[in-house]
Amino acid sequence: MTKDTRANLVKQGAIWAFIVVELIFFTVAGNFMSVSEQSFIDFDNMLLLLKQSAPIGIIALGMTIIMINGNIDLSVGATFALSAIVLLDSMTWPIFAGLGDWVIPVSWTLALLTGVVLGAINGLIVWKTGVDAFIVTLGAMLGYRGLVFMYNGEQPTSHLNWTLVDFAEAQFLGLHTATWFLLGTALVLWLVMTKTVHGRNAYAIGNNREAAVNAGIRVGPHFLLNFMLIGFLAALSAVVFYSESGSVNPNDGMLYELWAITAVVLGGTKLTGGYGSIVSTLGGVIAIQLLRKGLGHIGADTETVNLVIGLILIAVLFLDRQLNRKGKEELKI
Amino acid sequence: MAALTTKNIGGFLARQGIIVAFVLFMIGFALANDRFITMDNIFGVIRSSAILGVMALGVTFVVIGGNLDLSVGSMMSFSTIVVLDLHDKLGPALGIPAMYGMTLALGAFIGFLVGYLKLNSLIVTLGMLSAIHGLTLTYSGGKNMDIADKEGTWFGIFGQGSILGVPVPILIFALLAVVLSMVLAKTPFGRKVYAVGGNGMAATFSGVPRARVVFMTYLISAFCVATAGLIQASRSLGSQNTVGQGMELEVLAAVILGGASLLGGSGTVFKTVIGVLILGFIQNGLLLVGLEFYVQYVVTWVIIILAVWLDIAAKRGRLLSPIA
Repeated sequence: MTKDTRANLVKQGAIWAFIVVELIFFTVAGNFMSVSEQSFIDFDNMLLLLKQSAPIGIIALGMTIIMINGNIDLSVGATFALSAIVLLDSMTWPIFAGLGDWVIPVSWTLALLTGVVLGAINGLIVWKTGVDAFIVTLGAMLGYRGLVFMYNGEQPTSHLNWTLVDFAEAQFLGLHTATWFLLGTALVLWLVMTKTVHGRNAYAIGNNREAAVNAGIRVGPHFLLNFMLIGFLAALSAVVFYSESGSVNPNDGMLYELWAITAVVLGGTKLTGGYGSIVSTLGGVIAIQLLRKGLGHIGADTETVNLVIGLILIAVLFLDRQLNRKGKEELKI
Repeated sequence: MAALTTKNIGGFLARQGIIVAFVLFMIGFALANDRFITMDNIFGVIRSSAILGVMALGVTFVVIGGNLDLSVGSMMSFSTIVVLDLHDKLGPALGIPAMYGMTLALGAFIGFLVGYLKLNSLIVTLGMLSAIHGLTLTYSGGKNMDIADKEGTWFGIFGQGSILGVPVPILIFALLAVVLSMVLAKTPFGRKVYAVGGNGMAATFSGVPRARVVFMTYLISAFCVATAGLIQASRSLGSQNTVGQGMELEVLAAVILGGASLLGGSGTVFKTVIGVLILGFIQNGLLLVGLEFYVQYVVTWVIIILAVWLDIAAKRGRLLSPIA
């Protein structure tokens, strides 16, 4: 085993080690401080935790690919909200009235399509204008949020379909529907990033764009595809979440982009592109959710969670830099 | 007049496009609604943009220095809550400097992490966005903060008062803009900010203390945020914990609209002021012609992308990007 691959293993293992530490800490601390009798590592508790990680988690998985590619997407929260509105509203459209419960797949398709189209708009702008993805998606974050408000004003959009609620609350082999979507997404994206040409090119572009262009990789279409992918995933996240809740406020999904990026960075993906892994992001998502639940379990106020997550994010950045410094970056100023 | 070729006009439009667009918008809205161009309305718009504007002035320094600051929104909530709390505990005369001290300490912490430890500013300030939000909630216990005696205090002057008919928030915004514009354009420190943002390594080799300059830009940003928090607190004399939430990205939008490059090294205070005013007047103009407030989001989206696109297109000499 070469030194490099060993270093990589250490890095990818770090987030899982952190999760184990969290589990031990909250279990031990929970014995002394918890207000409830229930132990922290309760099977149902852990299942619930996975389910609750799903909405941000699915988005964060997509964000990983965008960031490996060297871009960023700040508009996912607004895409999430707009897809949710299309999902719930389209179920009440008169043209679908005769479909009965068959309206569900139709509405799902429409919602997912919304996400893909919004993502494609971002991707095309990044590709064709050459404006930095940060600015393009910052603008889109405002613009798409405006579309959300234009759809239904400041009113919430609500529609409960009980068949859909039953589906969303179902448990298959013990895991909730949302968890299956999260794990399924992770599996598919892992395959995409490790086994396909597109995945390999995404790494190459993020690592050194000029070299990738010289090697004959067409950068633009890969950008477009990845933005369509994250749009699709933001919509999928909305589909999973709002199938159960059945009501969306125009402000829903705000700051989701920042939570997703936090999870991705905790998982060790580089902001500069070219490095990162889907599995580690899954670890980052679970670590954050564990922290939320754990701090609640030992009786800390919910507000402490924000403080702790923020400081951990900075600490991770610092440690990562210290670990990487030796040898490689010493020459850089 | 050989200068007036199509290419030159195009170049001028692309370079000064933001000001041209601003003038066009003003003319358009003035024609559409006669209330738009009245003194009352103009003062009203600038006064309500002042809080965003003051924050944008500070972020301009950070962005020109080649970094980002996503923490200004939650930092503004923090200073608003703190100054309201200290107003009742220490009195306004002591509470205001204490609030400035605490906000500057946060700015110094960020400046230390980004400047001296050279950590990535996007992630540091993202982490601080979350951390400061938590800090604010812990400080206030999650409750809204209100001044007990709203009638008997002079504290409202920063947000509600006016001197010689000009609202105080506008005066603060204008004063700060002039001072910071001088600092950026006329002092050695200002030139160093451009140098560090333009080419950090070249600046280091030329003996510019990069770490200290970056540190100072975050201190300036924190000072502006504290001032914005002061105006906000004084205007309403009470506040929620989330008053600044989401403002970080609006502030950034105003700075980018003003033409500062996210890569650092370019931008001016004056252009940022224009960016802030464009956002404010578009919002106001759209409301006056009878559209809902959220239409401005969509308009802002289009304007930001067009502005940056034209700027880049003018520099590379062709409209579409060369990305394959």
